Amino acid sequence: MNEPIIQFDLLNKWFGQHLHVLRDIKLDVKRGERIVVCGPSGSGKSTLIRCINALEGFQSGRLFVDGDELRSDAAGPDLKVIDQIRQKVGMVFQQFNLFPHLSVLDNLMLAPIKVAGMAPQAAHELAMAQLERVRIAEQAHKFPLQLSGGQQQRVAIARALCLKPKIMLFDEPTSALDPEMITEVLDVMTELASAGMTMMCVTHEMGFAKTVADRVVFMDQGQIIEHNTPQEFFGHPQTERSQDFLSKILRH
Amino acid sequence: MIPARPAPFTSATWLSAVRQHLFADWNTGLASVVLLLLLGYAGTHLLDWGMLRAQWMPDVAACRADGVGACWGVVAEKYRVILLGRYPLEEQWRPVVASSLLLALLLVSCLRSFWRPWLAVLWLLGLPIYFGLMKGHLWGLSLGLTAVDTDRWGGLPLTLLLSSVSIALALPLAVLVALGRRSELPAIRALCSVYVELVRGVPLISVLFMASFMLPLFLPQGLTIDVLLRVLVGITLFAAAYMAEVVRGGLQAVPRGQVEAAASLGLSWWQTQRHVVLPQALTAVLPGLVNNFIAIFKDTSLVTIVSLYELTGALGLALNSDADWRPFKLEGYVFIALIYFLFCFSISRYSLWVERQLALGNPS
Amino acid sequence: MRLSWRSASGRGLLYQAAALLVVMVLGWFLASNTAYNMAQRGIQSGFDFLWGPAGFEIGEGLFNFDSTQSYALAFLTGLGNTVRVAVTGIVMATLLGTLLGVGRFSRNLLVRVLCSAYVEVFRNIPLLLQLLMWYLMLAELLPAVDTPMTLGPLELSKGGLMWISRSAHEEGALWALSPEFMALTLGLTLYTAAFIAEVVRAGVAAVPRGQKEASAALGLSRLQAMRHVLLPQALRIIIPPMTNQYLNLTKNSSLAVAIGYPDVVSIANTALNQTGRAVECIALVMAVYLCTSLLTALLMNAYNRRVALQER
Repeated sequence: MNEPIIQFDLLNKWFGQHLHVLRDIKLDVKRGERIVVCGPSGSGKSTLIRCINALEGFQSGRLFVDGDELRSDAAGPDLKVIDQIRQKVGMVFQQFNLFPHLSVLDNLMLAPIKVAGMAPQAAHELAMAQLERVRIAEQAHKFPLQLSGGQQQRVAIARALCLKPKIMLFDEPTSALDPEMITEVLDVMTELASAGMTMMCVTHEMGFAKTVADRVVFMDQGQIIEHNTPQEFFGHPQTERSQDFLSKILRH
Repeated sequence: MIPARPAPFTSATWLSAVRQHLFADWNTGLASVVLLLLLGYAGTHLLDWGMLRAQWMPDVAACRADGVGACWGVVAEKYRVILLGRYPLEEQWRPVVASSLLLALLLVSCLRSFWRPWLAVLWLLGLPIYFGLMKGHLWGLSLGLTAVDTDRWGGLPLTLLLSSVSIALALPLAVLVALGRRSELPAIRALCSVYVELVRGVPLISVLFMASFMLPLFLPQGLTIDVLLRVLVGITLFAAAYMAEVVRGGLQAVPRGQVEAAASLGLSWWQTQRHVVLPQALTAVLPGLVNNFIAIFKDTSLVTIVSLYELTGALGLALNSDADWRPFKLEGYVFIALIYFLFCFSISRYSLWVERQLALGNPS
Repeated sequence: MRLSWRSASGRGLLYQAAALLVVMVLGWFLASNTAYNMAQRGIQSGFDFLWGPAGFEIGEGLFNFDSTQSYALAFLTGLGNTVRVAVTGIVMATLLGTLLGVGRFSRNLLVRVLCSAYVEVFRNIPLLLQLLMWYLMLAELLPAVDTPMTLGPLELSKGGLMWISRSAHEEGALWALSPEFMALTLGLTLYTAAFIAEVVRAGVAAVPRGQKEASAALGLSRLQAMRHVLLPQALRIIIPPMTNQYLNLTKNSSLAVAIGYPDVVSIANTALNQTGRAVECIALVMAVYLCTSLLTALLMNAYNRRVALQER
């Protein structure tokens, strides 16, 4: 039970022959741990978490997710393993990516019915429960383009939660939102964290990192420069790179 | 800091590539097996009929013998009629030379480096030479060659002639009509819209019939018009309507700010269109226009129905009346299908190349 | 407002007046020539010929037509034949084209390559040539009339595809599809399907990439993602060019004249040759196609409005 739920073992990824986007990544994530990944743009943060649910592949190293091993590109993708992993890992995107031609409720019920084979009635109850959880149940019959950005992102979180995942991945969930809507999304994420969900979150919201994260991972140029508790990372950054980064972003 | 290093050489064997692309999971694997079996079956039969058991010599008796596959001898025997139509046998070097000249002109026009004013001069010189060679005389001046009337022209040269001349004439007309459709003068807009919608709503055949049967009625008495010219007018008017729609799409894509900037610089309407709007509009829709060119090239096959024997018609001419070779019409069809495919496929690849060239020039 | 040569609106009116004048003069010129020429050749004008007996047979149609019936009825039979081919062709081409278009996104390399090859081959060979080839192949490969291929009540031979009733009191074909109909429908379907495949492919490719990623992240298979997420959204992008293809198919059915299928153009051609009334016959054909285009465009516009995305 103490085995890490996500394990990166000297993982390397290239785009083409020369663009080395992930370098010798070594990271273990424990069950129930909340990790915030930060760093300058182009540092490979999004690419890192997209490897976890196989939206990106990698060329060398090893990756274990909840006991299943994701194979590198050279060996060829194992589609069955990928399907299993995707049912255990939920993902929330920067651009929400809700299905605009389906109502909010249908957005949530699609995967449980088609992938998990749930009965429509059970799926309906599950969907309504998740919508209640993110406090947006009254919009169940609206269409995504009729909602605000913050509302759409909360629906996206609820949609991921319908899979009853063990891990939730967040790829800059508030970067596309107007400032006054960021809080409502962060509140939902905080509530999720306090319920014990394993989370990996790429974000620029340092306040969220300080209050919710167990560990902060700082990345630059494809490698993990430093990882520590928020107090240690923000209080006593150990490398020059992280000091430089923090001085720039904490000025405001 | 870990320095960047180049990616490891993935020694992906062909076996693993096959596994990944064809047998990634059960469904994919099953589909691959079924398709490979079907392809193998069809492929081997086709190869057997088309190559192994085929007869290549123009020998009717050998072709009709039992167990013989395709008879490519029909091509060997009839290629002159198929490719050149009813042009007199002794003078057949003339359409070959003339068409080569036309093809050379076309190829030169395709390369961006040649898009200069003197290209137009080249065309103005080349076309009279073409017609002079084909006809044997030019505007009354005899060139010492036997006169050959236009109704004897046929085969591939006719296809090339019809396509290139109609495209060359239709494009300027299309630009004018597209500008007219966007004009603020309601009468002009109405006239151009009616023209485009009318022509686009009817099949090419009816336009060709119109050109063929009705044009002689429209002309004053005593003025007869060449069959070729009638058909050319028909195809040009038809092509111009479709191209006008494509150009109109391009005109709409030019941002309003361009016209406003030109106006604030004091440019007149015609100057704005010529120097600012049209260059941007035409480059934007060049792929769409080239698609139209391919369509016109294929549509020239329809002139068979009004008794002009271009490539498709010439095949019918070659084989319909010859009882010996008529059973092998299929081989003839395959032969000209290959010729059409070659031309059309090349034009579409050229279109992709042009798209890439334009994208290189305007990184967005 | 002073109408002067200098003002823009004055010039605009002048241009329009000039254009209209040119068109009217041209029209008068052509009309008078036509009238003169027709009088010279002894051709009468007018649509009254439609009510006279046709004097020719029509091989097939929704109802039996013999030579004593009027030209008007002949045209209607031709119209019925055109509609028969067009509707069948549109339905089959849409099915085949959608499968081919979606197949270009398959994980299987063989499927992708075959779909691409199909599209390239059928788009780059003229339709007339394809029709002639299919007609020839059907004529050669179908079994002779007296030794047909049977499957229950269906019989396939050089005479076509027939539904034979062998009941006690009625021996004969209940309905039949002629080889001309089959060749025309087959050729039109295979040709148009290649273009529809391209339209579908472009539509699916235009759906934002995030939709595909979100479907993958939810665990939907590629087929489920295509069916529930990508295709419905692609539909909005696909409908206008798809309408164009339907119109093209309808207009292309006019090539029936080349293989002897009695569609409306073919009938008009016969009527034109018999009565010499070129203007009337061609005008009728053009009217038929213009109405069909208009109708199809209206239907597709209505469908387009129905599938529009619900926005604020």
